[in-house]
Amino acid sequence: MNLLFDYFPEFREGFLGTLSLTAASAALALILGIVMAGFRVSPIPPLRAFGTAWVTLLRNTPLTLLFLIAFFVIPQILFPGTSPYKLAVGALGCYTSTFICEAVRSGISTVPIGQAEAARSLGMTFFQTLRMIVLPQATRTVIPPLSSIFIALTKNSAIAGAFSNTELFNVSKLLNDKGYPTGWIFLWIALAYLVITLAISGLFRLLERRMEVAR
Amino acid sequence: MSIRKTAAAASVVLALAATAACGGKEGNAGDKPKGGEVISGKYTVAKDVKLDSPTLKAAQKRGKLIIGAKADQPYLGFEDTTGKRSGFDIEIAKMVAADLGFSEDQIEFKTVDSNVRETSISKGQVDYYVGTYTINDERKKQVGFAGPYYVAGADLLVRKDEKDITGPESVKGKKVCSIVGSTPLQEIKKSKYGAKTTELGKYSLCVKQLLDGQVDAVTTDDAILKGYAAQRPSKLKVVGKPFTKEPYGIGMNKGDKALRDAITDALEKHIKNGDYKKAYEGTLGKSGSAYVAPETPLPRY
Amino acid sequence: MSASVLYDAPGPKARIRNRVYSVIGTLAVLGLIAFIVVRLNDKGQFAPEMWDIFNYAGVRNDIVDGLLTTLQVFAVAAVLSLALGVVLAVGRLSDHKAVRWFATGFIELFRSIPLLITIYALWQIFLTYKNDLGFAGDGTEFWALVVGLAVYNGSVQAEVLRAGINSVPKGQREAAYALGMRKTQVMMTILIPQGVRAMLPTIISQLVVTLKDTSLGYVITYQELLYQVQQIAGNTVVNDDYPYVPLIIVGGAIYVALCMALSALATWIERRGRRAKSGIAVAPAEQPIAAGDALDVIDHSEVAGPAGTATKN
Repeated sequence: MNLLFDYFPEFREGFLGTLSLTAASAALALILGIVMAGFRVSPIPPLRAFGTAWVTLLRNTPLTLLFLIAFFVIPQILFPGTSPYKLAVGALGCYTSTFICEAVRSGISTVPIGQAEAARSLGMTFFQTLRMIVLPQATRTVIPPLSSIFIALTKNSAIAGAFSNTELFNVSKLLNDKGYPTGWIFLWIALAYLVITLAISGLFRLLERRMEVAR
Repeated sequence: MSIRKTAAAASVVLALAATAACGGKEGNAGDKPKGGEVISGKYTVAKDVKLDSPTLKAAQKRGKLIIGAKADQPYLGFEDTTGKRSGFDIEIAKMVAADLGFSEDQIEFKTVDSNVRETSISKGQVDYYVGTYTINDERKKQVGFAGPYYVAGADLLVRKDEKDITGPESVKGKKVCSIVGSTPLQEIKKSKYGAKTTELGKYSLCVKQLLDGQVDAVTTDDAILKGYAAQRPSKLKVVGKPFTKEPYGIGMNKGDKALRDAITDALEKHIKNGDYKKAYEGTLGKSGSAYVAPETPLPRY
Repeated sequence: MSASVLYDAPGPKARIRNRVYSVIGTLAVLGLIAFIVVRLNDKGQFAPEMWDIFNYAGVRNDIVDGLLTTLQVFAVAAVLSLALGVVLAVGRLSDHKAVRWFATGFIELFRSIPLLITIYALWQIFLTYKNDLGFAGDGTEFWALVVGLAVYNGSVQAEVLRAGINSVPKGQREAAYALGMRKTQVMMTILIPQGVRAMLPTIISQLVVTLKDTSLGYVITYQELLYQVQQIAGNTVVNDDYPYVPLIIVGGAIYVALCMALSALATWIERRGRRAKSGIAVAPAEQPIAAGDALDVIDHSEVAGPAGTATKN
């Protein structure tokens, strides 16, 4: 118990660090994921190929390797002077975007083709079909996997701690170096993560309930 | 689709296995060392060493001494691509090992990065540790120290064309990289200097960031920095205004007093008989640090 | 292409428009690739000296050593995680409350904590009790990594297996009991074999995650592939720079190749599974998310086809 109170500032910093990393990369991943899903379902072959390559490559690369790329290749060839925080968000966001892309894509494909055909034969434009027929139904199927994806993202953000970012893994390392009992540190850190992951799954359950419709 | 994928994947693995199987060029990859080759000395190995030290007894039983060292610090503790270790710290480690009765073949060097040093030493992953390890009170709580065998000072490594950074007082608002938990980093973070810091696990990662323009300076002990500058004289330079004192010691298990005394004896012996000076000039001296004789007798506690 | 949900089969006008977009898209993608290649080239990353490092025996041996170490960790961790997965899944379906609670608690705890933190904590503990546990040399790092991977992935595999076991039609279990089979017999001979079969693609996909996560050994300085790659890059000076780019490209290619080979196996099994007429749906060969939703994965896939439900840890 003392451990938490003695190092409360560090724990708070770490907790907020994890939270902010997760939130920022989740936003980036959502945008990138939706764009990539758009690419993958588009009728334009080069964009489809790009989306497929993006997903296949990033998904089969260990996240730690992506971090190495973000920190030691990207600054050299593209953006010198980027802060470690932004680089970490970039790596986490790109990695997570592949999972979001796949979730969105499968969400779109759950909408029966007949419905879209019916919409078109009623004279709806592309955007009308998308807004009124496809998206409302796709969103409902995309929400549950998104929850798991964001929980996974929260956990993956720990790797950023090894790359000059202040977050919970960093706190655990700091306290271990100071020689405190590993078991206690582990439990407190675990609790902090549980708070975040439970909050995410609660939030999404709420979303799910709000979107529910009787069929 | 998937069959094609598998074939592609398999061919890559096969190609790699094939290239690996057929040997390749001998020697060290990359540029030739700029300051000339670093020496590797031989030391007389003591026989039948008897010491009331649990660490040493365990090492004698396994017939091997495990020494922690750095692997990415040119002229200090470095491992090239052929797996050969060289540098001043490695020479010191070998001298001490010889006095403890272990020849060069009986030493197993283990790379221990700075961010896991305390863990590694206090928990006995290595028998002792020689790797630019500053003696301070905080660390004395967790590990035992013999030495100092060398006194360095924190300095700044910058790009050759850098004009703004002339010393520690001019880093305000600049980005400075060092490794997690290092002493110069904690110093430069103070409001007196006011630098923004990046913390990574290894100095070579910091140097890479400096070369890429990710950070404006790397701070750590001058001995380490001079090694990097000597590797790339056309791109990097050391500012040359040390702002701390960093006495280097050999780290080991805190409770093992017998081992600590034996290592202190060994260091004193080699400083007296000239091995130390020879090792210094053959390694660290080549990166441009002048030789300063260490003060003897070494402190004991 | 045939009509999709979003797009009607293109008419003559749309076909021309798509062709124009295709050209623009191709140019954009090629432009992006060219830009990156030019930038890399500007920074001397394609200089022959940079790539010559792979001609040295020392570098090659280090990479091969790293690869073998990674595979070794993967093999041990995979076997242990599957064994643990079976035990935990059976535990969670047990009739005894205490066992059920313990298994549930174990699974939930380790699934919710980042693997990196588990591995790091295990490493610290193993280092403290190193002599009692009898580890030598790299043993501590190896076992910290392996046990961490096994505990985490075992928890996930347990959930996958549980979903598989639950997907076996209830009638089969009832029939088995009616034949006079014991609880253990029903579990071992009826439920688990069919559950495994149904979930095999998901199980293999989780193994891909296990393989990728071996790279976390990098953080506890275990000399697996990623660590070796980074070590070589940091200790070689080529044209006054470090050869990070060539080594990351080579290291990355190895990881991608290994993972894709394993994923392809999962897809192949999934397709074979579809031919069977057991009436038990074979899960899609996508990587499971934190697979707390292993059950969900199946539910969705019935509607969603290849459900893109997936993530690593």
